[in-house]
Amino acid sequence: MTGTGTALGAPAVRREGRRKVTGGARYAAEHPLADRVHARPVPATVARGRVTAVDTAAALALPGVLAVLTHENAPRLAEPDDPTLAVLQDPGVPHRGWYVALAVARTPEEARAAAAAVRVEYAVEEHDVTLTADHPEAYEPETANAGYPARREYGDPDGAFASAPVRVDVTYRVPPLHNHPMEPHASTARWEGDRLLVHTSSQGGTAVRATLAALFGLPEDRITVDTAHVGGGFGSKGTPRPDVVLAVMAARETGRPVTVALPRRHLPAVVGHRAPTLHRLRLAAGADGRLTGLTHEIVTHSSRVKEFVEQAAVPARVMYAAPSSRTLHRVVRLDVPTPSWMRAPGECPGMYALESAVDELATALGTDPVELRVLNEPEREPDSGKPFSSRHLTECLREGARRFGWDRRDPRPRSRAEGPLLVGTGVAAATYPVLVRPSTAEARALPDGTFVVRVNATDIGTGARTVLAQVAADTLGVPLERVRTEIGDSDLPPASLAGGSSGTASWGWAVHDACTRLTGRLGGLTGRLPDEGISARADTAGRADADSPYARHAFGAHFAEVTVDSVTGEVRVRRMLGVFAAGRILNARTARSQFIGGMTMGLGMALTEGSTMDPAFGDFTESDLASYHVPAHADVPAVEAHWIDEDDTRLNPMGSKGIGEIGNVGSAAAIGNAVHHATGVRFRELPLTPDKVLAGLSGPAPAPTSGRDG
Amino acid sequence: MKPFGYVRAATVEEAAEALAARPGARCLGGGTNLVDLMKLGVERPDVLVDVGRLPLDTVEELPDGSVRAGATVRNSDLAAHPLVRDRYPALSQALLAGASGQLRNAATTGGNLLQRTRCPHFQDLSKPCNKRAPGSGCGAREGTHRDHAVLGHSEHCIATHPSDMAVALAALDARVELYGGQGARAVPADRFHRLPGDHPERDTVIRPGELITGVVLPAATAALPSAYRKARDRASYAFALASVAAVLDTADDGTVAHVGLAFGALAHKPWRAERAETALRGAPATPDSFARAVDLELEAARPLRDNGYKVPLARNLAVDVLTRLAPPVRPARHLTEDS
Repeated sequence: MTGTGTALGAPAVRREGRRKVTGGARYAAEHPLADRVHARPVPATVARGRVTAVDTAAALALPGVLAVLTHENAPRLAEPDDPTLAVLQDPGVPHRGWYVALAVARTPEEARAAAAAVRVEYAVEEHDVTLTADHPEAYEPETANAGYPARREYGDPDGAFASAPVRVDVTYRVPPLHNHPMEPHASTARWEGDRLLVHTSSQGGTAVRATLAALFGLPEDRITVDTAHVGGGFGSKGTPRPDVVLAVMAARETGRPVTVALPRRHLPAVVGHRAPTLHRLRLAAGADGRLTGLTHEIVTHSSRVKEFVEQAAVPARVMYAAPSSRTLHRVVRLDVPTPSWMRAPGECPGMYALESAVDELATALGTDPVELRVLNEPEREPDSGKPFSSRHLTECLREGARRFGWDRRDPRPRSRAEGPLLVGTGVAAATYPVLVRPSTAEARALPDGTFVVRVNATDIGTGARTVLAQVAADTLGVPLERVRTEIGDSDLPPASLAGGSSGTASWGWAVHDACTRLTGRLGGLTGRLPDEGISARADTAGRADADSPYARHAFGAHFAEVTVDSVTGEVRVRRMLGVFAAGRILNARTARSQFIGGMTMGLGMALTEGSTMDPAFGDFTESDLASYHVPAHADVPAVEAHWIDEDDTRLNPMGSKGIGEIGNVGSAAAIGNAVHHATGVRFRELPLTPDKVLAGLSGPAPAPTSGRDG
Repeated sequence: MKPFGYVRAATVEEAAEALAARPGARCLGGGTNLVDLMKLGVERPDVLVDVGRLPLDTVEELPDGSVRAGATVRNSDLAAHPLVRDRYPALSQALLAGASGQLRNAATTGGNLLQRTRCPHFQDLSKPCNKRAPGSGCGAREGTHRDHAVLGHSEHCIATHPSDMAVALAALDARVELYGGQGARAVPADRFHRLPGDHPERDTVIRPGELITGVVLPAATAALPSAYRKARDRASYAFALASVAAVLDTADDGTVAHVGLAFGALAHKPWRAERAETALRGAPATPDSFARAVDLELEAARPLRDNGYKVPLARNLAVDVLTRLAPPVRPARHLTEDS
């Protein structure tokens, strides 16, 4: 860090907070342009087949209706890299909910009525939407998401398992999950001559611009994409979604500005979901607790539209020292909606399974689960053999144990009850890779002594404006209030998306470099600055994306205390505590908020969230926030987040690791492990809802040491 | 969108006339369910008769000691009313277990009773549903139905009624007061909703042109021990997986003098456990006899592929609530931490 300021690390208040809570911040559907109209997509009502006829006459006859687009009359698009964006291009129906038409009308209500009046006929084919571990069409892809090899193997995992004195061979099931951001996906598009202006709810406007340019055959410099405010995305807005393509199409067809605001009920089918994962874990250990073999194999689904393979076995390549290992992904293409990125893709479901299995191994060994993890800490990253740039998992576990009061725990399962409530505690580790992508930024010094930093970063609710100002102020050595940030506009210097916990590192690096250059330029100047100021620009390409000789990951430890009601099977969390080692924390306030948010997502994954694929109809049953259960306030108890300061110079100029997802990873396992400690029963399918838990409690389980009636 | 008329009724008679005038008329109370269903296209009323300003917004004690709650009393006000909290705790608890604070502030007594099922197939126009479109079939039977009925369902419908409040009213022997062209009448709360049979499109026994004017809680169950308990997927803002309302009075000899028991989320209506009640009257108020009586009741359960858990869940809830309401037969050790 070359800066001399003190802004970094300070708990600076989120800059747009007031605008957001007073309604001043405009979101993508909230731009009241003159003549703006609204479009409503029509989802397919069959799970597999093709459209044979579309009758739009009744819809077009309704008041206020301007157009109905179908595959027969919609503008032709260039073939997209992401086939989920090829909307209204052909009659195929790859899954229920796929869009088959778009109604455009003056008001949202008229558009909704018109969409309902479109009559679509289908040739229906038999569908298969059911994922099973032994599905005959399961195959091993070349790569899982993010380019990870689908299979990695070293040593002799089968031999290690066969000969191990202590073995765990278990399966876990994580259901489909949905991101469900507070703001459903929405876009507003307008053409001004040959220029296209788009307001969209996306985690990365630079990529939206590139995608639209390719689809509609436009030079990028004729497109402006505004992503000023985004009401949550959690991965589901990481890449462009059909809403923005449809809005641009409809605007071109009608010559009017068009808003496409997807209804909540459409989201489960068209903006992605976390694919279900079926896990098989085989852990082999010596009597001393040292792992001799680690095998993590997963089966997941993707759609007929594209291959998307949740990289859930990848964290097993990072976590523990084992001389033999196999990590393997298999996928089944089904007639289901297309899965996509969601909240720590790969790590989140993978670490639920791995950290649950490690807890099972601790039970089998009679070892404390904290100590078992410490014992199996690797010297180097097991899969790559690279040294870690920094790894403080042991410190996180020890500090968490101290703060949580782990030493007062009676390790025996079902050893603690309060009336009908069974009480238990659990621990799990967390890991998330350090990702960083090339970005550009500009820094400008103005004659009034203030500075402007410009970068097409996106604030998805995390505080990007604020932390980038802190990076700039620190680098420039000036007070924070003298720095203004401009983000969320594709006319700004291009930058990477807000995803993979990479935003602050990627944009901050470019901001840091631009500010460093600006400081250099200012150093040689005397007298008043010109009116337009003096600026400097930086591009981190070639450096941010350079291969590192180090394995770079954030780590953490979660502790949870739960109660399980033996009458109803209801599990409630009493307290959660996380300790994270994620490099240098750049804003204590917004970082804590992200850690706690991630832990709450883990609580939801463990206890309440899940989508059910309807076998008869091929859609997800839970399609609103009344039925898809994100945790309510009453579910979220005392949640504490702490961190260990890491001084890691092998990351980026700020010394930071991403913090957006590490809080989520492992938290569901800590809760699941606490449920086992409370009940003596291993539940291996999430979420731990009363139907499953009650069945487990009444099954063959140890008798309660203390029951409801004493 | 489908245009609809809007009538704001000033009197009950006016509201009844407006309802009778158009068969497609619907009462608008808090709108927390009806308006959602209109947006989905499930409800397509010709006229909304806004009953929100009718003089039915009070809770009062009647001369015979019963308590009348008007149809437009908000759920939050009803839950908080001293007469309800003191005399009918099960009702107050049931109301507070429902929905969210914001929804309870808007929802009315009458609207709560008339809310429609949360069956996802009912809410989705692209799927068959005999309740929404008679004769189209039941999508839930082959589709997902973890939340559906285990008691009293028919081949045509396996939906449940979602109300918490109605379950407490059934156990408390409340009456639902109605007014229509033929005058006023009252129906026992546990007969107000009906089983689906061959006509799942009919949720209740309300007649065309009738509206709910209030509910009456009888003096007979006032101040008897009562409680409501609900099991759900999350701690707030979730419909019941199963729930139970119970009223229990025990004689000096430890036998059951009065019992009212009703289940929620198990059937198309609040399920009054009449067999269990009959078995319990005069029987010892002990966990064993509660369990036997509840098992007797639940013998009628016909679980579907994915909802068998509801039977043991309902059993546990009922035995637990009845046991808590019964006077302790020995020191209540379960209330202490180290029992």
